[in-house]
Amino acid sequence: MTIRGAVIRIIASLGAIAFSFGVSAIALLLVDVSPAEAFGAMLSYGTRIDSMISIVNRAVPLYMSAIAVAVGFQMGLFNIGVEGQYRIAMLIAAYVGAVVSLPAVLHVLVILLTAMATGALWASIAALLKATRGVHEVISTIMLNFIATGLGAWLLATHLREEVEGGLNVRTATIPESGHMPSLNPMLELFGVTVPGGSDLHGFVVIAAIAGTAYYFLIWRTRVGYDLRAFGVNPGAAAASGIGLKKMIFVSMAISGAFAGLVAMGPILGFYHRYSADIPIGLGFTGIAVALVGRNRPIGMAAAALLFAFLNRSAQILDFRGIPKEIEVIVSGVIILTVVIAYEIARRVVMAQQVRDAAAQLHQADPAAEQEVAK
Amino acid sequence: MSAPDSALLSTRPDETPQAGHGGPNWLRVMLFAAVGVGTLSIVATMTGSGELTSSGTFSAALRLALPILLAGLGGLFAERVGVVNIGLEGMMILGTWFGAWGALMYGPWWGVVLGIAGGAIGGLLHALATVTFGIDHIISGVAINILAAGVARFLSVIAFTGTGGGATQSPRVSSSVGRITVPFLAGGDVFGFSTPSLFGALDRTPIPIIKEIGAFGLAFTNNVSMILVIAVALVPTTWWVLWRTRLGLRLRSVGEHPVGAESLGVRVYTMKYIGVTISGALAGLGGAVLVLEAAGIYREGQTGGRGYIALAALIFGNWKPVGVLMGAGLFGYANALELRSGESVHTLLLYVAIILAAFAIYRFVQSRRPMSLWPLALAVIVGWSYVITESVPSQFVFFTPHLTTLVVLAFFSQRLRPPAAVGKPYRRGQQQ
Repeated sequence: MTIRGAVIRIIASLGAIAFSFGVSAIALLLVDVSPAEAFGAMLSYGTRIDSMISIVNRAVPLYMSAIAVAVGFQMGLFNIGVEGQYRIAMLIAAYVGAVVSLPAVLHVLVILLTAMATGALWASIAALLKATRGVHEVISTIMLNFIATGLGAWLLATHLREEVEGGLNVRTATIPESGHMPSLNPMLELFGVTVPGGSDLHGFVVIAAIAGTAYYFLIWRTRVGYDLRAFGVNPGAAAASGIGLKKMIFVSMAISGAFAGLVAMGPILGFYHRYSADIPIGLGFTGIAVALVGRNRPIGMAAAALLFAFLNRSAQILDFRGIPKEIEVIVSGVIILTVVIAYEIARRVVMAQQVRDAAAQLHQADPAAEQEVAK
Repeated sequence: MSAPDSALLSTRPDETPQAGHGGPNWLRVMLFAAVGVGTLSIVATMTGSGELTSSGTFSAALRLALPILLAGLGGLFAERVGVVNIGLEGMMILGTWFGAWGALMYGPWWGVVLGIAGGAIGGLLHALATVTFGIDHIISGVAINILAAGVARFLSVIAFTGTGGGATQSPRVSSSVGRITVPFLAGGDVFGFSTPSLFGALDRTPIPIIKEIGAFGLAFTNNVSMILVIAVALVPTTWWVLWRTRLGLRLRSVGEHPVGAESLGVRVYTMKYIGVTISGALAGLGGAVLVLEAAGIYREGQTGGRGYIALAALIFGNWKPVGVLMGAGLFGYANALELRSGESVHTLLLYVAIILAAFAIYRFVQSRRPMSLWPLALAVIVGWSYVITESVPSQFVFFTPHLTTLVVLAFFSQRLRPPAAVGKPYRRGQQQ
């Protein structure tokens, strides 16, 4: 039965994705573009080696962001503040990385830990407000996003920016060589892949894989994870069984914030090597979408992150063909909404099925009891 | 499914402070407003920062508060029917785009109409997702925000490239809806004859408080946009519709107790659709106002999180129209000061410190508990930072509204009363 449920869900999500492409095809037809040409171009461009490497690199921050959001979701908390948490964390971590000098591996470790600690601390403000004053986390994290943006801008302008003669640059100093993460290109070449020039598979992919595994073990194989899920499924029962609500609010927000701190570390450690204004923003919000589409499962979120990254990268080719590449945003926007609706419908179908099955079993065992159930 | 049921996770005690009858307690509101403005006037006079209470600042504040007010009233309609609308931002984005496009194609009033329609479509989508399909309200709202940004971008590429605009902005929208100056109060014309200006005369007097009343009155009456008139009129209208009509009673009943409402024959789904669509329409109008009144152009990212601030103003205002107006006004005022004169924001610190201290003492006198004095600590910190600093960094001014919201929520969240069934999914025919 669970297998049937899984099949129904997969069919539902594929249906939703197909529907999204359908909607986008209509949008394209309205502006006199052949959808077949547009999607064909995206497919052929998106499956090139350099594109695939870029897709993986783009998927990593989305995946980290989704894990951060998912930790909150497991407990029924909406951490809309991943955005602010990673913005403030990447700034502090990049600054610390540029200031300290340590041996190679340790240096990277210190940067990562700084990012996680900063993210966790920033997220704890929302936890504090919720646990002690009853402020809803959706509102507090939204407000904290704005505060993080302003505070970050101020810190950068006054204390953390790189001092250059006569320049007003908005970036921190460069992180020394020992704080860079190695490229994984040699490994790809080991597998016989010829990496085109200019392409570079960031080493942070490994960290993302570790994070995904850690997330799995944390949620489904530890006591803390069990408590989190207990609150997510039935807060009343969880509280009655003696799990401290306030403590769990802190725990889940801090863990969520720690993952959030790592969101932009891939681009920073593998490419920019400093904090700069070029690092993409808005990853926190996309992470919510990735977590939703991936149903908070480690593998599901990885697939969703790759899907969104694929759309993002492959749409770049459309500009060269005179097709508005913004169709990508519409595809992903519609995917988010329809996938969530499809899951809800699938859930109802599965539940109705279960009720029927249970009724049928009861009927075999005891026809009289079925009357009771029907009531 | 990990449908997050955050209401159950709230650590808020179950007590219900007051049955929300909606009508504001006028006497208390007026008293607090008088004390607040009076103190502000005295601070402004003593420190010599006239900008703090000039009529220019007030009218800028009103203009900046307008989009927040409209979106906040939108949020009110949605939450009163029990639907959390975090998609206000997205609906505002649709309002900005359609407002600009409508104004460019057919003239300013069509911009207003299409802005409303664009927002309403977003609201309808939100209703479809949350009411018909029953998915979580926050999830749907987040998705709508992402989708709306994408749609606006896509439409801009199609409609604005090659016309002087592009993927991220429209050509200039030069046309504007009309402006009026009220006769006698602000010296507007009657049949071609100019009239004396009452508020203008008050504004020119050197007497504190009287001067401020004049400046405040001028902001509402002198050379104001028609949209502003409509928006301000919407505050009492919203109150009247929700608390004094049959439709309003039905709308609110759905947000308080959908099962009970249905048992009395109220069509819960229809009411929720109406509320959420009106919500989108008002947010869309807020977006159109941004284009037509403030910027004169559509720009990507123009809403700048105002949809979220509107949500804050809604909570701030305890889910009541006048409260939303006051919340929006506060944000507009902080924003106006930031734009007009950075140094007066610094003076504002002194004002905030005084208000906080007064609030702490007021609470202490009422409750006689030493614990209620803790805002005093905050007052000392704010007052101290007024003394030791010369100015407030512009980055801090940027997040003043958001910080204010957090502080206010931290103080008052126990006393706020949201609609009882807000955020809870409802299926037709469900039992308690």
